[in-house]
This record gives sequence, C-alpha cells and structure tokens, in this order.
Amino acid sequence: MFVGYFTERPYQDKSSGYFGATGRDLTDLSMSNRDYDPKLGADLYNRYLDEKVFAEEMGFDGLMLNEHHSTPFCMGGVMNVEASILARITQRAKIVLLGNVLPIWEDPLWLAEELAEIDMISRGRLVTGWVRGTGRESVAHNAQPPFNWERFQEAHDLVVKAWSQPGPFRWESDHYQFRYVNPWSRPYQSPHPPIWIPGVMSRNTVKWAAEHRYPYVMLATELGPTVESFKYYEECAREAGYESGTQHRGYLWKVHVDETEELAEATARKYIQGPSNPFLEGNQGNVRSFIQNLPGLTSRTNLLPTSQVASAARARGKTDQLKDAAKSDMRGTFEEQSDKMGIVYGTPKTVIPKIRHVLETLRPGSIIFWDGDGAMDHDDAMRSLRLFGSDVLPAVREMGKELELDSPFDVDDEIPAGYSPEVVAAAKAAEARAAAQADAAGA
Amino acid sequence: MEINPSEAQVEVAGLKIRYFRGGSGPVAIKLHHSTGNPGWMASDDALAEKFDLIVPDLPGYNQSDRPVWARSIRDISILMKRFIEELGLENVTLIGCGLGGWVAAELATMSDAELSNLVISGAPGIKPNEGFIEDQIMMDWEEYVQLGFSSGDNYLNAYGEDAAEVYKELWDYSREMTARLTWKPWMYNKSLEPLLQLVNIPSLVIWGADDRITPLICGEQYSAALPNSSLQVIENAGHCVEHEQTSKFVELVSEFVGD
Repeated sequence: MFVGYFTERPYQDKSSGYFGATGRDLTDLSMSNRDYDPKLGADLYNRYLDEKVFAEEMGFDGLMLNEHHSTPFCMGGVMNVEASILARITQRAKIVLLGNVLPIWEDPLWLAEELAEIDMISRGRLVTGWVRGTGRESVAHNAQPPFNWERFQEAHDLVVKAWSQPGPFRWESDHYQFRYVNPWSRPYQSPHPPIWIPGVMSRNTVKWAAEHRYPYVMLATELGPTVESFKYYEECAREAGYESGTQHRGYLWKVHVDETEELAEATARKYIQGPSNPFLEGNQGNVRSFIQNLPGLTSRTNLLPTSQVASAARARGKTDQLKDAAKSDMRGTFEEQSDKMGIVYGTPKTVIPKIRHVLETLRPGSIIFWDGDGAMDHDDAMRSLRLFGSDVLPAVREMGKELELDSPFDVDDEIPAGYSPEVVAAAKAAEARAAAQADAAGA
Repeated sequence: MEINPSEAQVEVAGLKIRYFRGGSGPVAIKLHHSTGNPGWMASDDALAEKFDLIVPDLPGYNQSDRPVWARSIRDISILMKRFIEELGLENVTLIGCGLGGWVAAELATMSDAELSNLVISGAPGIKPNEGFIEDQIMMDWEEYVQLGFSSGDNYLNAYGEDAAEVYKELWDYSREMTARLTWKPWMYNKSLEPLLQLVNIPSLVIWGADDRITPLICGEQYSAALPNSSLQVIENAGHCVEHEQTSKFVELVSEFVGD
C-alpha cells in the first residue's frame, strides 16, 4: 500500500475575507488579486513546504501537489516549482503531481523538460500525473475548451515520446507541432516517471487511463460512485486485454487526526471554512456554473456515475439534470459529509476503523490523506501529521497487508501500472539493441 | 403575414446544411447569430414579404453537420459560398446578423460574383478600435442572449418569460461550435478589415444604438472599410436589431435593395 499526504495549499488571509465567513464575496473567478499579499504568500508557501518535509519524516510514502489557476483555494499555480524544491529538500518520499493541466500548455515540450529535471534532482522520485483541468484553468490560461481532450491526448503522446525515445524527431499533431524535439534532459526513471491520472467524472478519461494502464486516482468522490468508476476501469482494462488490480486504483479523501475527539471535530470543521475548493461540497464559495461548464469541455453524453452526485454536478453546471437533489445535498453540510465518510476525523482510535471501512469498500492500492486544508493552520496540520506518524500510518500499513492492497510499487507486473504497453515494449527493444551492440563491440 | 417556409438540405464538402426557404421577391439569405438559428422567427416572416428568403443553419449549428476540421469563421464562409453556388443562386442579398454578419463579410471579400448586396448587422469580426466585443464565455448563456436586447421586454417578446428548453439547448450547443471557431482572439480576425476594400457590391451596415455585444465602433469601422457602404444606427435596439426593430430593419433592407 502507498500512502500519500495532500493539502490544496489555500491562500489564507484572515484580513481579506477570503479566509472565512466575514461577509465578503467568495465567487469563483471574480476576486481581484489586488488583495494578494506576497509577504503572506511567502509565509504560506514556506509553511506548506515545511509540512511536506515533516510528512516525510512521519513516514508518508508520497507528497502530493496539485495545480489550479487564478483562485485562492490552491496556491499551486506553478506546482512544478514546489515540486522542484521538494525534490531537493526531501530524501525518500515520492513527489506525486496530480496533476499538471496538459491542455493549457502551449508548449508541452517545456513541461517534459521541467518534469525530467524534477525527476533527476529527486533521483527518480517523481510520480507524474496529468489532468484536463476545470473550466477555470481553461479561462485562466485561455485554452480552447472544445479541444481540451484532443490537446490532453496529444500533449501526453508528445511528452511520453520525448521522454522515452531518442531525439531528435519532428512532431506534427493537430494541436502541437515541433520541428526539433530533442530536450537536453531525460527523466531519471526509465522509460519515464510513472504516470497516474487523477479525476472525478469523465468516462473518456477512465477508459483512456485503463487502456494505458495508468492508475486512476479518484479525487474525494463519494464511495458508491467511486466503486462504480473503479468497476468501469476494470471493464476497460479487460477489454484492453489485462486484469487490473489494486495497483491501478487510487483514492484521495479528507482525513484529520487529533488529540481529542472534540479537538478533532472542531478542527475538521475548518475543512469547509475559508477558501476551500469552491466546487467541493459544503464550502463557502460560490461556483459560477457556466465557467465550470465551458462549451465543449465535457462531452455531454459521457458522464461517470459520480456525475450524479450533487457536488460534481454543481461543478459542471448540470444542476438542472439532477432529479432528487435536495438543497442540503447541494451544499453538503459538514455532518452530511462526515456521515458519507467524505470527511473522516477523530483520534487515531476512532479514525482507524473508518479508514478501514473505506479501504474495504474501494480496495485502492494507493491512498492519499487530504489534511491541513480550508481554515486549518500550521498547528492543526502538525498535530495531525504527528498522530498519523505515531499511530495511524502503522495501522494502515497493517491493514494494507491484511487486505492485500498492493500499490504500483509493491507488485512486479510485466507491464507495471503507470506505463503503456507500447512504451514498455519499445524500451525493452531499445535495451536489447543496446546490449547487442555492446556484445558486438566486445567481440 | 405568417409564412409557411419549406425545409430542405443541401450537401457541401460532404456536410449536410439545413435551410428554411419562404416568401417571394429577390433572393436573400439571412445568416444567424452565434447563438444558433432559432428557427423561422417573426423577423423572417417580415423579410419574406419582400424577399425569397433562405435561412440556413450555419455548418455546425442546429441541424447542419459539424465540420470538425473548421477552425475559423473564414472556413464557414467558404462553405456558405459553396452553399450559394450549390443552390444555383444569383444576385443574392446576403444578410448577416451578429456572427452571421462576420461570416457574410468574410464571404464577400472572397468573391461577390453571386452577390448583389451585403447587409451586416451587429457583426463582430473586426477588432474594435476602442473597447472589446462582449465575451459570452464569461457569462451564463441565457444571460448572454438577454444582453443582446436593449430591453428586457424586447427579449421577452422574442423568447418568452421562461425561454423554452429547446432554445436553451440550442444556445448551449451553439456555444460549443462558436468556441471551436473563435477563441483567441475572441470574435475577430485581424486580416478581415484590410480585405474589406475588395468588396465591390453595395453594402449596408445596420447597428443597434444600444448594442452591448458588439460595440458601435465596429459598425463604424465596417462602414469605413467597405468601399460602397452606409451605416444606419437604429435607436431602441441592441445587438439583435432584427428582433427588436423588425419593421425598421426590414424597411431599411428593402429600401437598400430597391435602390
């Protein structure tokens, strides 16, 4: 089992009104950065990096970062900078990027170079992950949404080829053209860093991930629909000619551990205070559905079961399609989210059985605990991390063994999770050619 | 007078293009806004009293096939030019409203062989010398359609209290095609304005005085760039002049063509 740690790195400014319910408008893509305080930004970036280092000390296997743009709920607009620093100041943990927003890159070759550098500086600890992004990202970097999925796939193909095949070569696809692909850097891992695909609802993406044998990491989706999505991955894998396993399933959700039940509850309530992600349940921000639902961004006929869930539907501007969604479901109160295990909190003693329930239900080989978010401060995050390290992680590892929840790093598949069969075959052929050449030279 | 138009389709470059046709008189083609062809509207009845009126769904909108390869309004203009040829039309009065006006202007720069007159109304396509063309991507699509009218009452007259689902579906669907054709830059083509000098036929530029979508300065720029043109600014009308001031719109077009 692989266990990661994540926080969305919210911009927490107690004086601006973006921190909590102080009456100021918190509407997606309508807040001016005139209120942005770089000195506070400096403190927060350093705080979040410090917490990541401590998470490694406490025994987490992975430090996850994510990327959003033009929004206070996530300071990871340039996640690769944070990842570069972690590559240098951490020692052991994987650096898990879930993920870079491929379609908004005009020059994905530049991304290939950045990620290769991160992989080298970390000496092979990068787990790379790619997303299509929300409408917010397409607006913020002005990428044409009807071509989002095409650009995602083309950028992926280009980066993987640039990583795994010798240059120079020419690249001509519908949306990207390069006359000279030959970056003077290559990833430390061969044939490339493992690729994981995070997501919530696109059937296209699940099918595509399964076909490429990339683990699919469901992001804070409800348990029932998550099971359904994993089943769909399994079906797609079978169609692609292999049996998927726990190594192909990842799950991220909110878990906060604290010293007492009372403190745990009071702190966990902060998940939904402040500039927590506006398109998640129970937050204090207002979503503008037309921005989430940019024209052509999501295929209108291809929606996973999670799309039936109110919060996801709200994100995509599809509230009209919901039949029985009560208003309380749309806002997802703290209690409701807690009942559904979307937010798990307590002392180690009470948290561990809840985690077990999630593991038994979903059987993921990789899990990522989402903590220290919303209005939680550094002390809140550190208390939880300490208890994760001393009590929760050892118990979770035992559960992982008992339930046989293998991560991509635990199994010895012929084609490991995280790699496409074609790329693995090409890498093996190249290895064989090199060996033959060496033999010939030796003879 | 209510006209009962016929509905037909023609194939261009392997794509089905659907159109309505009704009325009698000189041939006129009316090209719709970026929000799609809502069908035969009251303004079409009025135009059909003076013209043999053809109202097509632009390629990729409503019931016309999507050219998946199309990346610009100019691509659509090429298809519409071939549409005119396919129907064997001559001496066509080409009327374009909103985005349809951009299509018409691009088409006229290619060749005006089949055209006798050009009418454009509230058309984007030119970068305004001041201000910008309103961005429907940054607002709800229903809100955007409302913004196309100078008053809420006029919007209600055209679409009713709670616009029918079929219209809303059309607006949503149309946005996708529009976003395939224009995005960066939004709603203009820098190479159109200098080419407008090639248009030899007479042209009439109609603009709503209260156009909140395409600023009036675009109408002034169109009129300045088209060699044989006049600009008519209509009071109490926004972007959708043909819906808001139907009789004035039809009167101007009829007089222009009659001259």
